[in-house]
Amino acid sequence: MLACKNVTIEFNKTAVIKNVSLEFPVKRVTAIIGPSGCGKSTLLRACNRMHFLTPGAKVTGAVTLNGKDIYHKDVDAVLLRRRIGMVFQKANPFPTLSIFDNVVAGLRLSGLGSKARLQEAAERALGDAALWDEVKDRLQQSPMTLSGGQQQRLCIARALAVDPEVLLMDEPCSALDPIATAKIEELMFRLRERLSVVIVTHNMQQAARASDRTAFLWMGELIEEGDTETIFTAPTKPMTEDYLTGRFG
Amino acid sequence: MRHFDTNLNGLRDSITAMASLAEEMIDRSIQAMNVPDPDIANQVRELDRRMDAWELQLDHFCIELLALQAPAAVDLRFVASSLKIVPELERIGDHCCNIARRGTLVHPPVLLDGSLERLGQETRSMVSRAMNAFVTKDAALARAVILADDSVDELYAGIYRELIRLMKADPGCIDRAGHLILVIKNWERIADQATNIAEEVLYILEAQSAKHPYLQGKGPAPGEGRS
Repeated sequence: MLACKNVTIEFNKTAVIKNVSLEFPVKRVTAIIGPSGCGKSTLLRACNRMHFLTPGAKVTGAVTLNGKDIYHKDVDAVLLRRRIGMVFQKANPFPTLSIFDNVVAGLRLSGLGSKARLQEAAERALGDAALWDEVKDRLQQSPMTLSGGQQQRLCIARALAVDPEVLLMDEPCSALDPIATAKIEELMFRLRERLSVVIVTHNMQQAARASDRTAFLWMGELIEEGDTETIFTAPTKPMTEDYLTGRFG
Repeated sequence: MRHFDTNLNGLRDSITAMASLAEEMIDRSIQAMNVPDPDIANQVRELDRRMDAWELQLDHFCIELLALQAPAAVDLRFVASSLKIVPELERIGDHCCNIARRGTLVHPPVLLDGSLERLGQETRSMVSRAMNAFVTKDAALARAVILADDSVDELYAGIYRELIRLMKADPGCIDRAGHLILVIKNWERIADQATNIAEEVLYILEAQSAKHPYLQGKGPAPGEGRS
């Protein structure tokens, strides 16, 4: 299980995340919601050490995966990111690689690829990302020939190909139409049968539809977290209620 | 004020207006039991058409709010409960029609002890207080309404037994007493509807269902006491 314990994240000594403790249960989708600038993406990125090379960034507290601190000096960031995959707001396929090569890029970088294994992994990952039927006859084409929604699912397939334990998704549907969004949400629903999904979203209805648990952040602090159904029908904190009902601020 | 708040206030005002109509129907139904005037039943029926129109309009409005505004938290509870309160009020209107149309059939009076009037007034009070709780967001008042249902049930049971006794004693009153049995059943159902409204008010205010408390280990199960 991925977990944050007393995590504080500073940029140039300004705290953006303040003493947040939050667990992301296995085989559950956890949504992180909150207004712009509340630190949702910052917290998500800390979960696979994306701030590691940011000048002035400092992460204190502990982010653990199955009880082990992912910031420990012995943890290899590249190997860590195989276990904790990430999908970004804007689909970012490698434009000079084919669709097939995009999917298996992680496996190749890890030196895990006999040709047969890569083929099998690509088919499985594209199938998991609900993209196989749409691209199986054009695997050698450029990913830039795909629609935005297909490109996003390709990025998800690329993350799934290395068989992660956790998938972090930073507003993965913000640039997608409702049909593509529905496919990604359906995908999240199926993925939670075997891994943890953490999604940052501005779309309240997406959080309500697609997640099992919801965490509400405000100004870098965790205000409330719990079962999504409870958060959306009967939040316990007035601030959560005000945010969900649009009466914030 | 947000546009959505204006919508929610509009919904609350419309439900309050519908409830005022229901209370007017109740008043006339009480009157129908006292005065054998066929015109009262016609008036109540006319009011019921307005209730039906309210129901259609507010059903549509609630669905529209759910579809277009995607409310959450207390707003969601308010709209969802409104969708349940509106048909309760509409059913109160139907019961009033049933009572009022028997107005000319229950005279001369069979019951002379004022118990029928008391049943009507207590029921009216429950409806009125349930709607006050809705408007003023008063959980204690909603709970008082739910408790009041027990005394209405007792009053109903007492009148029922008395009517049976009277019918046995005087077969000449069977027609009128038979109609009265249906009348008191309608009053008792209106009290149930007020209870349901009060339960919805508690759900809006406290985010927990007040229905069927025995399922939460509180109070007796149906058949063992109050359900």
